[in-house]
Amino acid sequence: MENLQMRNFRIVGAPVIKKDAKALVTGKPVFTDDLALKDCLVVKVLRSPYAHALITEIDCAVAAKIPGIECIITHKDVPRKRFTMAGQTYPEPSPYDRLILDERLRFVGDAVAVVAGETEAAVDHAMRLIRVKYQVLEPVLDMHDSKDGDILVHPEDSWESHCDVGADNRRNLCASGKETHGDLEEAFAGCTHVIERVYHTKANQQAMMETFRAYTYMDVYGRLNIVASTQVPFHTRRILAHALDVPKSRIRVIKPRIGGGFGAKQTVVAEVYPAIVTMKTGKPAKIIYSRYESQIASSPRHEMEVRVKLGCDDRGVLQAMDVYTLSNTGAYGEHGPTTVGLSGHKSIPLYRTPKAFRFAYDVVYTNRMSAGAYRGYGATQGIFAVESAVSELAAQMGMDPVAMRELNLVKEGDIMPAYYGEPANSCALDRCVAKVKEMIGWDEKYPRRAVSGTKVRGVGLAMAMQGSAISGVDVASVCVKVNDDGFYSLMIGAADMGTGCDTTLAQVAAESLGCELEDIVVYGTDTDISPYDSGSYASSTAYLTGMAVVKTCEALKKKILHKAARYLECREDELEFDGKRVYKLSCEEDGTRKEMTIKDIGNRVMCSNEDALQVTESHSSPVSPPPFMAGAAEVEVDTETGDVKLIRFVAAVDCGTPLNINLARVQTEGGLAQGIGMALYEDVTYSETGRVHENSFMQYKVPSRQDVGNVQVEFECSYEPTGPYGAKSIGEIVINTPSPAIANAVYNAVGVRIRELPITAEKVFNGMNGLD
Amino acid sequence: MNIQFRLNGKNVQADVKPDVILLDLVRELGCYSVKRGCETANCGLCTVWLDGKPVLSCSTLAVRVDGRHVTTLEGLQKEAEEFGMFLAAEGGEQCGFCSPGFIMNVLAMEKELDHPDEDEVREYLSGNLCRCSGYMSQLRAVKQYLDRKNGVGGNV
Amino acid sequence: MFRAEDYVKVDSLAEAYELCQKRSSLVVGGMVWLKMTNVTKRTIVDLSGLGLDQIEETGEEFRIGCMSTLRQIETHQGLNQYFGGIFRECTRHIVGVQMRNCATVGGSIYSRFGFSDILTCMMALDTYVELYHGGIMPLSEFAKRPVRRDDKDILVRVIIKKDGRKAAYTTQRNSSTDFPLLACCVSRRGGNWYVAVGARPSKAQVVTITDDGYDSLAQLAREAADSFTYGTNTRGSSRYRRQLASVYIRRLMERLTGRSVTIG
Repeated sequence: MENLQMRNFRIVGAPVIKKDAKALVTGKPVFTDDLALKDCLVVKVLRSPYAHALITEIDCAVAAKIPGIECIITHKDVPRKRFTMAGQTYPEPSPYDRLILDERLRFVGDAVAVVAGETEAAVDHAMRLIRVKYQVLEPVLDMHDSKDGDILVHPEDSWESHCDVGADNRRNLCASGKETHGDLEEAFAGCTHVIERVYHTKANQQAMMETFRAYTYMDVYGRLNIVASTQVPFHTRRILAHALDVPKSRIRVIKPRIGGGFGAKQTVVAEVYPAIVTMKTGKPAKIIYSRYESQIASSPRHEMEVRVKLGCDDRGVLQAMDVYTLSNTGAYGEHGPTTVGLSGHKSIPLYRTPKAFRFAYDVVYTNRMSAGAYRGYGATQGIFAVESAVSELAAQMGMDPVAMRELNLVKEGDIMPAYYGEPANSCALDRCVAKVKEMIGWDEKYPRRAVSGTKVRGVGLAMAMQGSAISGVDVASVCVKVNDDGFYSLMIGAADMGTGCDTTLAQVAAESLGCELEDIVVYGTDTDISPYDSGSYASSTAYLTGMAVVKTCEALKKKILHKAARYLECREDELEFDGKRVYKLSCEEDGTRKEMTIKDIGNRVMCSNEDALQVTESHSSPVSPPPFMAGAAEVEVDTETGDVKLIRFVAAVDCGTPLNINLARVQTEGGLAQGIGMALYEDVTYSETGRVHENSFMQYKVPSRQDVGNVQVEFECSYEPTGPYGAKSIGEIVINTPSPAIANAVYNAVGVRIRELPITAEKVFNGMNGLD
Repeated sequence: MNIQFRLNGKNVQADVKPDVILLDLVRELGCYSVKRGCETANCGLCTVWLDGKPVLSCSTLAVRVDGRHVTTLEGLQKEAEEFGMFLAAEGGEQCGFCSPGFIMNVLAMEKELDHPDEDEVREYLSGNLCRCSGYMSQLRAVKQYLDRKNGVGGNV
Repeated sequence: MFRAEDYVKVDSLAEAYELCQKRSSLVVGGMVWLKMTNVTKRTIVDLSGLGLDQIEETGEEFRIGCMSTLRQIETHQGLNQYFGGIFRECTRHIVGVQMRNCATVGGSIYSRFGFSDILTCMMALDTYVELYHGGIMPLSEFAKRPVRRDDKDILVRVIIKKDGRKAAYTTQRNSSTDFPLLACCVSRRGGNWYVAVGARPSKAQVVTITDDGYDSLAQLAREAADSFTYGTNTRGSSRYRRQLASVYIRRLMERLTGRSVTIG
C-alpha cells in the first residue's frame, strides 16, 4: 500500500474483495432481466419522430386487435397531475412538468403511447399499426434561443415549480439565479491581467452497460411491486405514487444487482411504463430499454456553456472570478435547478485567493432530450471551464499553470465563501498537485517535447473538487441487528450499483463492531424492509451512509453492553466489548474474569428476552466536505494531422480515508476513463430537426481499453472528522479532471486551445492552421 | 426449424425461427450470464464460444449453430472462478454486467495467444467495453493471471 | 428488427443462385450488419456448408472464400507476409476479435460500405471478385457498381494476384475501434503507385500514379489525394479529409520506399 499516509484501521481501507464478486464473475443471474417473471408482458414505448408536436389524433383500434396485445395506453388514459421524474429529496427542486403521456411532445423520442403484449413480435407489430396524427410545431433547439423566446416548451398552466429556484415556464426558465461575494468591479480593477472565455460541454451519456429496465407485478397484498435497476428506490416509490395517483403505501420498490448507473438511474426513466401497465391489467410487465432508447430518450449530462472572466495581479494571485452558466435542461427539468449550482459552487472554491466572485446562471428548456444526473452533476462542466480559464490566464502571463495553482489553491483550514461558507477541514489538494507533478514528470516535460519531426508531446494538469452528500438534505439510515451465533445483519437503503458499497459499508460495520467481514450480512434495498436512504447519488454513500453505519453500530454496542450487563450481573461501565466478547475490566476475587461471547449473547437472547439487539439510526450532515484531486495528462499530437493520442493520465485523490483501497482505486480509474471519453471521444450532435446522431455505440464512442492510455492513481489522504473513519466521498470527483487536463496538455503541445468538447483531431488541425 | 447442438457439453434441441439470434436462444435455455448491451455489435457483452472461438451471440443466427458446440460462462464455471478471483482481487468486476463476456474473451485469448504483451492483450480484448472500471484493474488481473499460469511471479 | 421466414443451408452454389433470383431471398454472410437493419426477407440463404471459408495460396494468387472471416485474413500468415502486414493492419481496429470471427470477407466486399477497411485495402492490390453468374472481374469495377436490391449474383471468392507489389495501409480514427475517418492503402510495383482511399466517407476508389522520378513523394501524394472527392459527415469535414489523404498517402509512400521519417 504505497504512500497512503493514512491511519491504519483493521478492516477499513483493506482491499477486501466484494461480497458479490463470485456471483458476478461466474455470471450468476442476479440482474433485473435475469430475475424477471417469465410471463411478464412485454412493454414498449412508441416515440415521437418530431422535436415539437401536438397529437391531434391517436387511433389504436387496429393495433389493439393484434393477437397477444394486452393494452395500449395513450395520453387519454393517464392521470392529469404533473410530476417530476427526478430522484431528489421531496419537495423536489425540479419542476413538476411531466405527465406519463402527454398530448404535447417535446423532443424526438418523447413518449407517445405505451404498448403491452405477450410477445415482442406482437408489440412491435402493434406499434407499427398505431395511427397518430401530429400537428408539427416549430421546435426551439438551440439553448441560446430559449430564454424569453417565442417558442415555449412548457406553455401549460398545469406546470408547477415547488421550490424557489427562479423557474418560470413562461420564459422557458427551469432555474435562474445569481450570487455575489465582495466587490467584483473593484477586484477586477485591481488586476493586471484579465481574460474572458466561453467553454462548451455536451450532453454526454452515462452509457452504463445495463440499460434502463424494470419489471412490475401485483403482490399477494394487492400492492404494486417494482424490481428496477435504480439508484433511488425510495424516490422511485414516491414518484410513481405521484405519477399513478395512488398512495405510497401501495407501492414497493426492490433493487437487485445493477449494471452501472452513474446518475442515469437517479431519474425514474423507464419504471412508470410497466407500472401503469400492471396497474391497468393486473398482470406482470417488463420494460427493457434498447441501447438506442438509452441514447435518445434517457437522462444525459446537461449541455452547458460556461463563461468565465478571471483576473489576477502581476504576481499571478487571483483577484476576481465571474462565472455565468447557461444550462440546457432539454424538454423536462429533471435535475436542471440543481446541477447548475455545482458548475459554480464546485469550481470557484478551488481557489482561496479571489477577493470577489460572482456566479450567475440560467437553466433553459429546449426541445431536446431531457437532461438528468451524470457523475459530477454540473461540477464537471464548471471545472472544465474554470480550470481551462486558469490555465489560459497563466499562459497569458507566461506563467507555469501549475505554479499559478500552487499560488492560489485552497488549503486545509480555509473557509470557502463560494462553497456555502463551509470550512475545508480536510484538504490535501496541495499534496495532490505535488504528487501528480511528480507522477507525470511535470518539471522535465512542461510544456512540450518533440518526439519526432511530426509528433510533439505536451503535459497538462487540472484540479477538482466535489461534495460529500447534500448537506442538510440527504438522509441515510441503517439498521443493524445481532443474530444467533453473533453474526450481524446490516440493512441499508443505499443502492450498490456496482460500486461495491454493500461491501465497503460492511467494512465500516466490521470495523465498528470489532468483528470480521464475514460476520456481516448485507441486505440491499427493498423499500418495505430497508431503512430510509435518499439513494446513491451526490457521492453520499461512503460519507453519509457510512457515518450512519458508525452511528448505528455505536448504538448497538451500547445495547450489547446493556444486555451483557444483565447476563453477567454487573454494571455497564464495568464492561468492555472487544468485538468477540464482552468482558469485565476487573477480575473477580478468585482470579477469574466475567465474560460472555457475542455468539453466546446472540443465542441467549432468543429465549426469554425483552431487549431487541437491533438498532436503526438516521444520519444527515450539516456539511458536505469536499474531496479534492489533481489529474495530469500527457498527450502526443501529430503536427501534420492534429491527431491526439493520450499517452498517460495520472491522478492523486484526497478522499479522506479510502474505505477500500482497491475499490477506491477502481472508482478513480473508472471515473477517469469516463472523463477521458468526454474529453476526446464522446460527441453529441443533432440533425436540423433535433434528432440525435449518436444513437448507438456505433456512433457514440465510449472509450475502449485502447483509448485510455496508461492510467495511474495514487492517494493523498487527509482525515475528515465528520466522516466514517475519516472518509469523504470519491464517487463523482473522479470524472472532473480529464477534460481540462487534456485540453491544457494539447495547448502546451501545439498551442491550440480547445474550448468545446470533445477535443478532436480536426479541431486541433484547424487550430494549428488558423482554420477555425 | 429444429436444431440440435451442444450447449456447455450437453445435447440440446430447440425449435427456432430462422431470424432468432443465438443470444436470445441461450438466455431462453437458461444461460443468463450472456448479456445484451447494444444493438450494433459494439460492446462484446454477448460473447460466447462457437466451436471454441469467441463470437458475438447477438450477431449469430441460432440456426447456424446446428451441429456445433456453443459454450457460455455457465459451462466454464471452474475457469471463470479461477480468473474471476484475480479480477476480484483487483476490484475489477464492479457492476459485473460486462464480466461474463469479458471473461469468455479472456479465456479465449489464453487459448489463442502465446505470452501476449500488454498491447496484444489490450487489442485482443478491445471488443469488450466496460464503463465502470476504466480497464486498468482488468489489465492487472489478466497479467497476474497469465503470469501465474505461466509460472511467473509469486503470490497475487 | 431483421425478420425472415425460411432458412436454407444450401448444398451448392447453383441452389443458392436459384434461391436468390427471388427478391425475397438474401445471402447471409456474417450477419453482423444485417441484424441491425429493418429488412424483412422470406428466405435466408446460408453458404456455410460449401467450404467457402478457406484461404488458399498458390504460386500466382490468393483465393479467399467469401465465407472466410475477417479474423482469418487478419491472422493469415501468407497474406500478411506477402503484403507487408496490411491485412492485419486493415482488420485489427474493427470493433473486436469476436466481431471479426463473425464478419465475412464476402459480406464486407459485397456490401461495398464506405467505411470498409477491407475494401480500401484490397483495392490497392491486383484484386478480382468471382461472381457466380457474372464471372471474374476487377474489384475496382465491382466496387463502382451501386449496391442494388435486384442484384442477384453471389460473390463466391476474392482473388488477389501475387504480382510482387509492396503495400502499406493506414487509417485515422477518432477512437481506436471506431469507423475510420479516412482509410488509405498504397502499393507500388515498378514505376507505378496504386493509391486507394476509402471512408471518404464514400467507398474506396483507386487511382494509379506513375512515378517517373521527377516529382517528390509529397507532390505525388497530393496528386493522388486530389484525384478523389471527399464529403463531410459527423466524423470529419471534406476539407480535413483531403488534407489527411495528402499526408497519409505521402507517409505510406515514404514507408514503402524506405524514406519514412514518420510512421503514420
